[in-house]
Amino acid sequence: MGATQLPTPGINGTGLDQQSPAGGASSDPAAEMIQLLGPDGKLGTDPVFSDYAKRLDPEQLRGFYADMAKVRRFDQEATALQRQGELALWVPLTGQEAAQIGSGRATQRQDYIFPTYREHGVALTRDVDLAELLKLFRGISNGGWDPTENNFHLYTLVLAAQTLHSVGYAMGIQRDQKLAEANGSNDPKAAVVAYFGDGASSEGDVHESMVFAASYNAPVVFFCQNNHWAISVPTEVQTKVPLFNRAKGYGFPGIRVDGNDVIAVHAVTEWALEHAREGRGPVLIEAYTYRVGAHTTADDPTKYRESAEEISWRGKDPLDRLEKYLRSEGLADEAFFEQVKVDGDKLAAHVRSTTQSLQGPNFRESFAGVYAEPHPLVAEELAWFEEYSAGFEGDEEEGEGN
Amino acid sequence: MTTMTIAKAINEGLRASLTNNPKSLLMGEDIGPLGGVYRVTDGLIKEFGADRVVDTPLAESGIVGTAIGLALRGYRPICEIQFDGFVFPGFNQITTQLAKMHSRSGGKLTVPVVIRIPYGGGIGSIEHHSESPEALFAHTAGLRIITPSNAHDAYWMIQQAVDCTDPVIFFEPKRRYWLKGEVDTENAGPASDPFQAHVLREGSDATIVAYGPLVPVALAAAAAAEEDGHSIEVIDLRSISPIDFDTVTASVKKTGRLIVAHEAPTFGGIGGEIAARISERAFLHLEAPVIRVGGFHMPYPVAKVEEDYLPDIDKILEALDRSLAY
Repeated sequence: MGATQLPTPGINGTGLDQQSPAGGASSDPAAEMIQLLGPDGKLGTDPVFSDYAKRLDPEQLRGFYADMAKVRRFDQEATALQRQGELALWVPLTGQEAAQIGSGRATQRQDYIFPTYREHGVALTRDVDLAELLKLFRGISNGGWDPTENNFHLYTLVLAAQTLHSVGYAMGIQRDQKLAEANGSNDPKAAVVAYFGDGASSEGDVHESMVFAASYNAPVVFFCQNNHWAISVPTEVQTKVPLFNRAKGYGFPGIRVDGNDVIAVHAVTEWALEHAREGRGPVLIEAYTYRVGAHTTADDPTKYRESAEEISWRGKDPLDRLEKYLRSEGLADEAFFEQVKVDGDKLAAHVRSTTQSLQGPNFRESFAGVYAEPHPLVAEELAWFEEYSAGFEGDEEEGEGN
Repeated sequence: MTTMTIAKAINEGLRASLTNNPKSLLMGEDIGPLGGVYRVTDGLIKEFGADRVVDTPLAESGIVGTAIGLALRGYRPICEIQFDGFVFPGFNQITTQLAKMHSRSGGKLTVPVVIRIPYGGGIGSIEHHSESPEALFAHTAGLRIITPSNAHDAYWMIQQAVDCTDPVIFFEPKRRYWLKGEVDTENAGPASDPFQAHVLREGSDATIVAYGPLVPVALAAAAAAEEDGHSIEVIDLRSISPIDFDTVTASVKKTGRLIVAHEAPTFGGIGGEIAARISERAFLHLEAPVIRVGGFHMPYPVAKVEEDYLPDIDKILEALDRSLAY
């Protein structure tokens, strides 16, 4: 009696692999996912992207491995620093190294990057001192580095807000390039990469950013790391179609790439950036990967997911497969891997000592940054604070302080 | 001197900004060939082209968010939000991103974005078209908020907003768009500082502080009170953040009585902030409590009863009577 029975959506908690893709062409996501380097360390082929992979020389491939190993070592060190009370929080990236190093290494210096808050690997590729990233998590800065130095924007914590900034920035590039071309400039063309995750894909700003990007044909690459979990909520609560398929609805290309395959990620991102720089408009890349660790150091994944799932993804590890490939092809010897380890430990030591030396700022600096131009209320409140603080001066000498 | 409406003065001010600053550009819904629903951007797309007068998709977060990106690239976007009640889809971008970018970057990044918002009631419109949300923005550090009440100010203040390195919310008194006034396009004169309040009428018995659409109402109330023998000072606040407390304080020290009038609800509003600050700065000069005249604690009512909701001459006179009789 009573209420109409609506069909229950088939949420089963096992990720996108169970879903039918939009269009119904294939039910196997692997068939539509670009992969070049498989978990077995064997290099496959792709009609479009193999050509991009062929551009990579052994030096670059070894560099990819070294970068991934470095940022994983950094991640471990930062996690340890948090456990030891040196950081308020840490956001680990382990498992997503290929997605970040592959895409970051595909960017050029003139490109501009808008990260979320987990893009430590991308930061590495943009030559940001990784110790700078920890200022945010140590509670001494809300930024930490100069974004204009490396064209690597500050971490954005309000999910997806930066996707709109990316499109606006890309609209600025369009205008600059129009002017530059009119003036006969030969400066290299630029594009923007907007990083976000599967969780953020539900935010309205992602939708609006894709609408704006499509409308103005903005040179932006939307790089979505689908790491399968938005804290405790699986991807299928965010979407009923594979995320890359959403690009179709906006009228630009969408590609799913194996996010644990650094060679494929690099190839696909390089293609997308060329597409954007050449004025052919935006691209959405969905890097299909997995957050092996917790969302943050405050999270406990055992409460919402099976360890079997984690184990299965560890079998697709981005570093292991590249190591297998480098060894089997004779592109790297034992000494190389030893050196990578030494470099990782060196970076970890640098990050540790720098972090421990990072002192909290003087509270007075907080007043200075509120406005770029003089502001009477801020000046008045700072003056009050100075006077108030002065009232405590000398307390210690008089034995009243503690 | 040229006589023009406030809408035309903003239009001319925008034209001057677009001419003087090649990095400035307009963004908003229907601002191109239509010239905006209030025609404030009329003719500008013809003159400056679609790259600088950008008809955007219908998405306020998108407008503000992409404006931030353009500003990070060195541009000076001037966004139009079509109506006050439609700014809220962009509220997140304004308060969490625009207001904080300079601060969180340690001063390394600036985002000189202007957000134009036609605001206020009295136009007999439907829901969400008559609101006064200025206090919601004034509470957010990092933003500057200004609002002109006359054509001369409108012409200069919009240009000053564009020139400002900080983000500026520019509230336009929409029911006064057609109010005509003299504009000196050569000299800003007293309008040279957009953050300074103006004493529009001097008096000795009480002070009325108003801004935007209520300034003509405050002046009319002061004129009516004069007929009853009261000398009333009227201050046009002009800037809501920061507030020029020096001018207000000096006036209150002279008159001893203060009425603050705004269309926005009084609870948690700008009037409360002014009352608190004045009590701190001029307590012993006050002959009566500061009285607020403003909207009620309710969603903006339907058009047929908005007359009852809005502050008007009688409500301000009633407040003056109470203050003078205290």
